[in-house]
Amino acid sequence: MAVPQQIDHTTARPIGKPKLGKLARREEREFYLFISLWIIGFIAFDAGPILASLVISFTNWSMMTPPSWTGLQNYQRLIADPLFYTAMWNSLYFGVGSVGLGLIVSFLLALLLNQKVLGISVFRTIFYLPSVVSGIAVAILWIMILHQDFGLINTVLSWFGIKGPGWLVQPQWAKPALILMSLWGAGGSMVIYLAGLQSVPQHLYEAASIDGAGPWMKFWNVTVPMMSPVIFYNLIVGFIASLQGFVLVLIMTNGGPANATLMFGLYIYRVAFQFFQMGYASALAWILLVVIMIITALQFLGAKYWVFYEGETAR
Amino acid sequence: MSANLQQRTITTAQARRQPLFGMRNQRLAQRIIVYALLLALSVLFILPFMWMVSTSLKNSEDVFTYPPSFFPTTFLWQNYPRGWTILPFNTFLVNSLVVTFANVVGNLISCSLVAFGFAHLRARGRGILFLALLATLMIPREVTIVPRFLLFSQMGLVNTLWPLILPAWFGYAFFIFLLRQFFMTIPTELDDAARIDGASSLRIFFEIILPLSKPALATVAIFAFIGNWSNLLDPLIYIRSQDLYTLALGLNLFRGQNFTQFNLLMAVSIITLIPVLTVFFLSQRLFVQGVTLTGMGGR
Repeated sequence: MAVPQQIDHTTARPIGKPKLGKLARREEREFYLFISLWIIGFIAFDAGPILASLVISFTNWSMMTPPSWTGLQNYQRLIADPLFYTAMWNSLYFGVGSVGLGLIVSFLLALLLNQKVLGISVFRTIFYLPSVVSGIAVAILWIMILHQDFGLINTVLSWFGIKGPGWLVQPQWAKPALILMSLWGAGGSMVIYLAGLQSVPQHLYEAASIDGAGPWMKFWNVTVPMMSPVIFYNLIVGFIASLQGFVLVLIMTNGGPANATLMFGLYIYRVAFQFFQMGYASALAWILLVVIMIITALQFLGAKYWVFYEGETAR
Repeated sequence: MSANLQQRTITTAQARRQPLFGMRNQRLAQRIIVYALLLALSVLFILPFMWMVSTSLKNSEDVFTYPPSFFPTTFLWQNYPRGWTILPFNTFLVNSLVVTFANVVGNLISCSLVAFGFAHLRARGRGILFLALLATLMIPREVTIVPRFLLFSQMGLVNTLWPLILPAWFGYAFFIFLLRQFFMTIPTELDDAARIDGASSLRIFFEIILPLSKPALATVAIFAFIGNWSNLLDPLIYIRSQDLYTLALGLNLFRGQNFTQFNLLMAVSIITLIPVLTVFFLSQRLFVQGVTLTGMGGR
């Protein structure tokens, strides 16, 4: 399992001392040759663009005329822009909702599948499959499923005499509808949790049993601490991913109704490629980057209190 | 855990008091509950797919009857060819195949080379570069889409397939990470032995590492295939003329023009999903392997 702690170099070959022999120097040259493609890509498609977007964020640029330096104007505009706050709120709402509920659903699925049941691979396939299909076909499917009158969900609800809401047309239901849809893809992280559960050493459970722990105590005192690095890792990756995904929203609601699903990424896309305000779009993108870094840092700080790494001494 | 001795003895005593058949019954009940839950959840997860197929076979009136029926009254298989021929989907299919193939090959070549460097070659600066590589996974795409677009428009490549293909040839952090994790399980003693025999690093890469890494390479190929097949954002940004549309983009256009013809929309959507589903069912083991190797779920 790749938890942050394991992303280190202890299992790779140790890095040599500063004074290098002829062979070591050759190896170093070869290292840089082997990774040269990525270095070019890193400069051209990652590091370069990030710096460029910072510079562009201080300009006014429609791409038709040369950019003009405007200093902090884009950032001042952003502070006064109500859509900026709407989009940020929507993204955080969706991120917390989909990652939080997704964690619960995928963890429960993994726990169920870890019960040494027969036919586990069949069930695993069923739960995992929806997370593999993605993109526009799925968006179209869910437009249909969430349709107020002819959709699957409201059809099922009507069997129980419940009149379902207009999921994608009523502002207060649009975000919950998208979160619900994201839960369909919970199988992706379920597979990760399942692998984690299967690697929890059995002797810990046996020791807990000898100490008289019931299933509930074993869950909270063995399973959760042992799984906490995996959960933590999934929370970070999932949250970043949820702040980025906007293609589905673009197709399903285009930010509506009444901007209820105007996600931050969608707003950036709109400002850049529909309004052609490259400077303002870059300023928005940089704020997003900063927000993501702050949230990730907070998660790391909070992790001290609940993430347990094996080999650490107990507090 | 620091349960004190007294508590411990009480709970074990309680456990002992339970008769044997009670435990067995309890275990049976537990088993039944687990299966009931699994079955119910399976139905929930499969239902959208069934709905998709059912809708694709309905006629236009059945799609909009209220309350809607779960099963179609007709089985209009001709919805599939009808939907497919309303727009030049054959052209879109060819474009998608070209882009996807070029991405898979590009990713395989570039990512395996880079991963070998990070996993098996020692150099100063390797640690910091690897951190930089991982950091790129955290960068939101929105931050780079504008400058990337400017870069490609400076190069005059907007409205060609190149912006969809080129980046894959310069490595992708997620795949490099995946392959590096796998390469690190191959002992470096093999390299050393080959080096003593006079093999170069390139030869070690081609003749030792790659043959031993077929499952990991296949996993990367599959992830790259699926990721690119459904990619809509990049085509949306870079492609203008219809003869360069990919399937995802074509489907989006189709949706814009026929948004009330859910049966045709569903039919074409299903056709575009067939390659993904086929690959998934043929290589499920590799999927799970890739996910557990990296702890990341694909995209």
